[in-house]
Amino acid sequence: MTINWFKYSSPASFYSLAGKMIPIFAFASAALLVAGLYVGFFVAPTDFQQGEAYRIIFIHVPAAWMSMFLYVVMAFWAGIGLAFNTRLSSMFATAIAPTGAMFTFIALWTGALWGKPMWGTWWVWDARLTSELILLFLYIGFMSLQAAIDDPRRADKAGAIIALVGVVNIPIIYFSVQWWNTLHQGASVSINQAPSMASTMLLGMLIMVFASWMYSIAVILKRTRVIIIERESHTAWVTELQKKEFIR
Amino acid sequence: MLQGINLACVRGDRELFKDVNFSLETGSLMQVRGPNGSGKTSLLRMLCGLSSPAAGEIRWHGEAIRPLNEDYFAAMTYIGHLSGTKDDLTVIENLRISSALSGFEISSDQASEALEYIGLGGREHLLVKVLSQGQRRRVALARLLTCKTPLWILDEPLVALDVTAVKLIQGVLEQHLQQNGMIVMTTHQEIDIAAASIVQLHLA
Amino acid sequence: MGIIKRDLLLAIRRQSDVLTTLFFFIIVVSLFPLSVGPEMNMLRAMAPGVVWVAALLASMLSLNRMFSNDYSDGTLEQMLLSPQSLSLLVLGKAFAHWLVTGIPLVIMAPILGIQYDLPSEALLVLTITLLLGTPVLSLIGAIGAALTLGLRGGSVLVSLLVLPLYIPVLIFGAGAVEANMAGIGFEAHLSLLGAFLLVSLVLAPWATASSLRVSLE
Repeated sequence: MTINWFKYSSPASFYSLAGKMIPIFAFASAALLVAGLYVGFFVAPTDFQQGEAYRIIFIHVPAAWMSMFLYVVMAFWAGIGLAFNTRLSSMFATAIAPTGAMFTFIALWTGALWGKPMWGTWWVWDARLTSELILLFLYIGFMSLQAAIDDPRRADKAGAIIALVGVVNIPIIYFSVQWWNTLHQGASVSINQAPSMASTMLLGMLIMVFASWMYSIAVILKRTRVIIIERESHTAWVTELQKKEFIR
Repeated sequence: MLQGINLACVRGDRELFKDVNFSLETGSLMQVRGPNGSGKTSLLRMLCGLSSPAAGEIRWHGEAIRPLNEDYFAAMTYIGHLSGTKDDLTVIENLRISSALSGFEISSDQASEALEYIGLGGREHLLVKVLSQGQRRRVALARLLTCKTPLWILDEPLVALDVTAVKLIQGVLEQHLQQNGMIVMTTHQEIDIAAASIVQLHLA
Repeated sequence: MGIIKRDLLLAIRRQSDVLTTLFFFIIVVSLFPLSVGPEMNMLRAMAPGVVWVAALLASMLSLNRMFSNDYSDGTLEQMLLSPQSLSLLVLGKAFAHWLVTGIPLVIMAPILGIQYDLPSEALLVLTITLLLGTPVLSLIGAIGAALTLGLRGGSVLVSLLVLPLYIPVLIFGAGAVEANMAGIGFEAHLSLLGAFLLVSLVLAPWATASSLRVSLE
């Protein structure tokens, strides 16, 4: 049996498909979240160096990973939308941005919370934190550019260009910040040195990463649905849909 | 030959027009008519390649203009609502620079000649910002005399012009058609141009 | 290239635009001693960063004018419809922008550096980094200027889009001067700045051209 994938690239059929998929991902996300937090807070052993404070990594690390992944995914879909003029992929990119920005913010926030017991201060100009902060700026730039443009087609394309420019720049920025960091404060505390991570710690972290993925997918699908309805409000199928909802 | 096939235009949520078809042969003129907001300017911007149609295709000598781009631009002159003149440059500088930009380098003698013809003789070295609306329009239209492209796309070329200038420009257009040129234009005025064929395109 | 000549001619007719950018640069740099105190050792340590940040802000200030005048009088449409390559035209415009706004900063920087008591070798390095770095600012800035064309609040938006992208140039520009003052080699910094310049020469005009087409559609 072959599945006609192109069928789902039309906003109308995607809308109903996404509607069916959202509960699945939402449930998976909630279940994994509970499991991951349980493992993280109750099963995983206390770290002999950092004490209990290290447990914030179960939120911090997945959030930091997601923030970076999502930017790349967003730029990918925006680029597809620009190259092939497919509306749905551009809507996808627009839907990803706020979730990505949220994870970036969480990563920064939890990073600061972790920094307090670790370094004795809320903020250090550590290479990772600084890069994460710049990533937040990039997300904000993307979202404000799209928000400033009234015509959705122009917003999609302009957003795509800035997202792609951002993706090209992220490695350069990361590398520059790293260089700057080593130059200025030679021996800062490196988070990298987690020599022997207990397997339960790793397990908790992995579960949390999956939970974040499921959450992101659910939220992004939901947001894409909203964008579809907003943009296609003048089309026949949306009017039809509204009638049905109304009768129900 | 310029062809439009099933062209559609969407602005925001609104569909301005759809299924617009036409075909323009050499030596003929197409006048695009329709009330305000019917998409005349949008159509012209599509035809010159500034924007892409929501549906349909535009062909120049049988080939779609989109991948053609720069070759097509070399064969086409577009004069839009905005005059495309710089306030801080003189009349003659404006003409020479815009001609060069369209791919036709001209000497200052050629430029003076064109300006003389279009009724700006003696004003070559004035800054454009001191000119009147009609005079600016003439500076913009002078490009028609210096750029030897077969296809002209003109958005309300006669607006702001006085009676003599209208006659003059109509003469220029007529001559272009006689030399097997093609013109697409919008205008609210009745035009008096002798042409082998005049196509009327009405947008509702 | 005709477009460079045209933009320079326009800049000469409107000198005030050039001077505003330059004075902005001078004022920003002069504000720092007033805000942190005249202690020379501290000022010397801050100088590379201060001059570089001010250069960033000054070049940003003039970005909006890069395309907006051409946009509002219709000459930008003509450029888009020109048989010449749009990327090359954009490159020409960015070059003209750099000649008009970047070069004055490069010339002014050593004088401001003296205010901060920089040693003469550091002054030289500062000038070289600005010479290599400011064209990158014009090139990357062009993308932002093109994307925000005709938008409400475009000038604030440009800074949001473009400043994060300026960071590598800032790090290595100011870093080279600091490295020189600390007695470490700064050649690596300069070659990296050169590399940024090459990459942006290749990619930025192309991205700007696409942005212009999007913005004028």
